Amino acid sequence: MADVKMHLWRGDAGGGEFREYRLPAQEGEVVLDVVHRIQATQANDLAVRWNCKAGKCGSCSAEINGKPRLMCMTRMDTFTEGETITVAPMRTFPIIRDLVTDVSFNFEMAKRVPPFKPRPREADGTHRMAQRDVDRPQEFHKCIECFLCQDVCHVIRDHEENKKHYAGPRMFVRYASLEMNPLDTDDRRELLKNEMGIGFCNITKCCTEVCPEHIKITDNAIIPLKERVVDRSYDPAAWIGRKILRRG
Amino acid sequence: MRVRTAETYKTEEERVSITEDLKPTPVAISGVRGGPDVHTLRKDRWWLVPTLTVLGLTAFVAYSAWAALVNKDYYSAPYISPFYSPCIASNCTYQQLPIIGTWWKISPAILVLVFPLGFRLTCYYYRKAYYRSFWWAPPACAVADARPRYTGETRFPLIWQNIHRWFFYFGVIFVVFLAIDAVRAYDFPNGWGMGLGSLILTVNVILLGLYTFSCHACRHLCGGQMDQFSKHPVRYKLWSGVSRINERHQLFAWMSLFFVAFTDLYVRLVASGTIHDPRFF
Repeated sequence: MADVKMHLWRGDAGGGEFREYRLPAQEGEVVLDVVHRIQATQANDLAVRWNCKAGKCGSCSAEINGKPRLMCMTRMDTFTEGETITVAPMRTFPIIRDLVTDVSFNFEMAKRVPPFKPRPREADGTHRMAQRDVDRPQEFHKCIECFLCQDVCHVIRDHEENKKHYAGPRMFVRYASLEMNPLDTDDRRELLKNEMGIGFCNITKCCTEVCPEHIKITDNAIIPLKERVVDRSYDPAAWIGRKILRRG
Repeated sequence: MRVRTAETYKTEEERVSITEDLKPTPVAISGVRGGPDVHTLRKDRWWLVPTLTVLGLTAFVAYSAWAALVNKDYYSAPYISPFYSPCIASNCTYQQLPIIGTWWKISPAILVLVFPLGFRLTCYYYRKAYYRSFWWAPPACAVADARPRYTGETRFPLIWQNIHRWFFYFGVIFVVFLAIDAVRAYDFPNGWGMGLGSLILTVNVILLGLYTFSCHACRHLCGGQMDQFSKHPVRYKLWSGVSRINERHQLFAWMSLFFVAFTDLYVRLVASGTIHDPRFF
């Protein structure tokens, strides 16, 4: 097997550059394994965030050959032999050092999501839900918060100023899981439109393409939320219907 | 739009989240980003799909504009071109629904094409396609936007994308008319039969129907707006059915786009006498 040639981003807020590392290839590795071997043998001060190595913790997000991916889920045998592999930090978030970024933007946005507001319990003190009612929000619970969808979303990736008023795909998934919850009684459509910036999303589906959990973010979360916002704000027929039925 | 305030609601139970509930949280922006300041680090052929999309959509728009304006060879009994159906002007070769008077002198296709055009223009799939390929916002995932400023669909004119469901309603009406055309395509001047054109018009309406009813607005209206499917079993079944074909919405969008142009071309070639329509019986 030929040597692995990897370009890793080294640097911090003061600046940085790609540095080349070469090491013998080993069978069955993923990108994170190679990064760990570089850290152990050639760059002991390399900063890299990781945890489970199983694609479930969402820690090792990075941009591999320019594509947002989890390092632990990117097999080395998907690259051609001798190919130079570049690994850069997520572009959308401020850098801390090397491959580690400050993702606190997402946690600040998460604070803007109104919490679950269940309907009153039934007479026997329980909450009951039919399986068909919970199937839809359960898809959204697979989210591992790797923030690759936030990273790839051009609304904030290419337009830093939009971070003030755009929640991003991850938060729309959270909103969808609450809005579609059969027990929840809150109506967050006004916030979605006015404060969370769902109108900024132009459905280009990159969030869906990069999701390692294969959540259909655009089709099952964002577009249904956009349609619910249309119900409330842009559809006069729906407005008249609500008035007649005295709903909302 | 009515502005809701905390006083709008009588009880805590009926109260829903409103803008004034939000406690602004600080969002760290303007931090120094990692990685090089380049357009993209992608090494694959990310430009291929946007290029093919531009070619495909441009070819369709050019052909359909010509076909709609040429105003001839759109009817050859019993076939009518889908670009001219329903024919609602009095100057139609084939009188279908002449609700527009003789004052209309130009192509009758212009009267109806605005609806399918609007349906496709505001379609969630086509929005992805042309935002990526024509507007480069973004051209591909993790490839930088072409423009320095971006407001998405929050302002005029793109805020009008929200009327997609109204074009869907018109889309359904068109599918009904095209289905009638497809049935009539078996009704020849000398009796019922089947020609190649009959099959083409039938496949055309099936593809247009699949595209129309796999639409995201249709999925929402069928049941997507419900939170408790168990209380609405019929709508749940409808939603489940639409969800299944919705997964292929992109495929149906392209297939129906090209087939509707092909159907027009076939009718045009038969009507102009360029080719002979083979009759099976």
